Amino acid sequence: MSAPAMGTTKTAHSDVAPKKKRGPGALATAYLVIYNVVMTAGWLVIAVGLVRAYLARGSYHGLYYSIEKPLKFFQTGALLEILHCAVGIVPSSVVLTGFQVLSRVFLTWAVTHSVREVQNEDSVLLFVSAWTITEIIRYSFYTFSLLNHLPYLIKWARYTFFLVLYPMGVTGELLTVYAALPYVQKTGLYSVTLPNKYNFSFDYHTFLILTMVSYIPLFPQLYFHMMRQRKKVLCHVEEYKTE
Amino acid sequence: MDTLALEAKATGQEKKSSAPRPRPKPPKKAKRIVYFEVEIVDAKTKEKLLLLDKVEPTSTILDIKALFHKSNPQWYPARQSLRLDPKGKCLKDEDVLQTLPVGTTASFYFSDLGAQIAWGTVFLSECYGPLLIYLMFYFRLPFIYAPKYDFSSSKHWVVHLACMCHSFHYVKRILETLFIHRISHGTMPLRNIFKNCSYYWCFAAWMAYYINHPLYTPPYYGQQQVKTALIIFLFCQVGNFSINITLRNLKCPGSKVKKIPHPTKNPFTWIFALVSCPNYTYELGSWMGFTVMTQCLPVAFFTIVGFVLMTVWARGKHRNYRKEFRDYPTLRSPILPFIL
Repeated sequence: MSAPAMGTTKTAHSDVAPKKKRGPGALATAYLVIYNVVMTAGWLVIAVGLVRAYLARGSYHGLYYSIEKPLKFFQTGALLEILHCAVGIVPSSVVLTGFQVLSRVFLTWAVTHSVREVQNEDSVLLFVSAWTITEIIRYSFYTFSLLNHLPYLIKWARYTFFLVLYPMGVTGELLTVYAALPYVQKTGLYSVTLPNKYNFSFDYHTFLILTMVSYIPLFPQLYFHMMRQRKKVLCHVEEYKTE
Repeated sequence: MDTLALEAKATGQEKKSSAPRPRPKPPKKAKRIVYFEVEIVDAKTKEKLLLLDKVEPTSTILDIKALFHKSNPQWYPARQSLRLDPKGKCLKDEDVLQTLPVGTTASFYFSDLGAQIAWGTVFLSECYGPLLIYLMFYFRLPFIYAPKYDFSSSKHWVVHLACMCHSFHYVKRILETLFIHRISHGTMPLRNIFKNCSYYWCFAAWMAYYINHPLYTPPYYGQQQVKTALIIFLFCQVGNFSINITLRNLKCPGSKVKKIPHPTKNPFTWIFALVSCPNYTYELGSWMGFTVMTQCLPVAFFTIVGFVLMTVWARGKHRNYRKEFRDYPTLRSPILPFIL
């Protein structure tokens, strides 16, 4: 076996400096900070509204009406997150973000808002509570990350609370959709039948059932993805602390 | 040639033969070949899989893959991905060992691409499915519509025309796959066949269900709309075929040499002056024609999704063309002239 040629080594190819990950520009960062602060404040308003209404009524039934408007406003405001990903100021996947945001917007408007009968269901309160806590933590996490001053407590909460909040939210969402099914079937809400000039039919009742079924393969994927993220982020921090 | 010339040629040859032979040169010293030592490492586990001693410097990546396949029969060359860096770019089969930025001891990171399948097989599966599925709905096989409509026929002539157009499109694609396309990449991952087929087959079923439905409503503007759409459809089909022929003539069989496609005498290829991927432009035009002809929302949805996908592919090809050819025409857009 001949000796290696002069000046070349086994690792010659790995000497190239790794590409620096470019973050958003100063203007984009400023905008994102404002957006995340506003969204954190918005979800705090919803949380305070829920607590105040509960203390005033002494019951958790029908609390939805006390936070209906801010919930619709700030949950719809999350649509901007898809735009942020599409434009590239946030490095997340457009498809994943779109799927998560649209599913929530869909539940807010196409189910809870459209089927008035489900608004009194306890399941609505279940997913609204889960969303509220999740979003307060998530948006504050983003805000502090952008400012490069992320407290460990928020980081820990972001990657720990989901263990309970995700299943809680999904349970609430599924129960709400299930509760809406008989009303949708009875009224034929959002359904289109043939014949029509667009040659297309749509059965909203079937669509809701398919939506519920889609949770079976999708929820575990999302949940275990978050578990892996938690392991990666928090274990890394623990190692760093013990050094 | 006249006789004088022949004589002169003959005498010239005689002179040549009678000339004294030059002294043979002393034999050249044999050039010492510097052999390479190639180490193949698992990209994930960093486990050493194989050490190849005395690999010739002129060996290609394909040769190394073949040697690796000998010791690991489960990983045939098409299934292997070799990189210089665990997260680097996949090396091409034609890359030569001595031209790579490595020393005489080279480490390659191996990752398994999974079971592979020939591109032709995928293309044919993609096309046979929609062809047969559409015909199942057209002939109204049992269990699709209400029992009273089993094997019945539509009273609207546009439905029969739509079936002919749809079938023509997919038959054309099958024939092009068999006789025209020159596919540079040999294989693709096996899982892609399920993804691609489900896309084409499900959309074909969805469209066919509504177009052949007993409650189908013919287009709003009647014959005029259908005929205009049919002309657009056929024009684009001929255009697409012309482009595929031009692209075929650009490549020699088995060659991987790339050339810039240019307009030919065929007027359908003149769009090459403005677009990098006119085959996609014509494909989009065909489906737009079919949408207008059938006035069916699922077809429109299929056209939009197809347009998005083709735009992504066209932009990728356009980027590659511009990277490979410095003199690439600046006027060209990826898929839509001057727009996109």
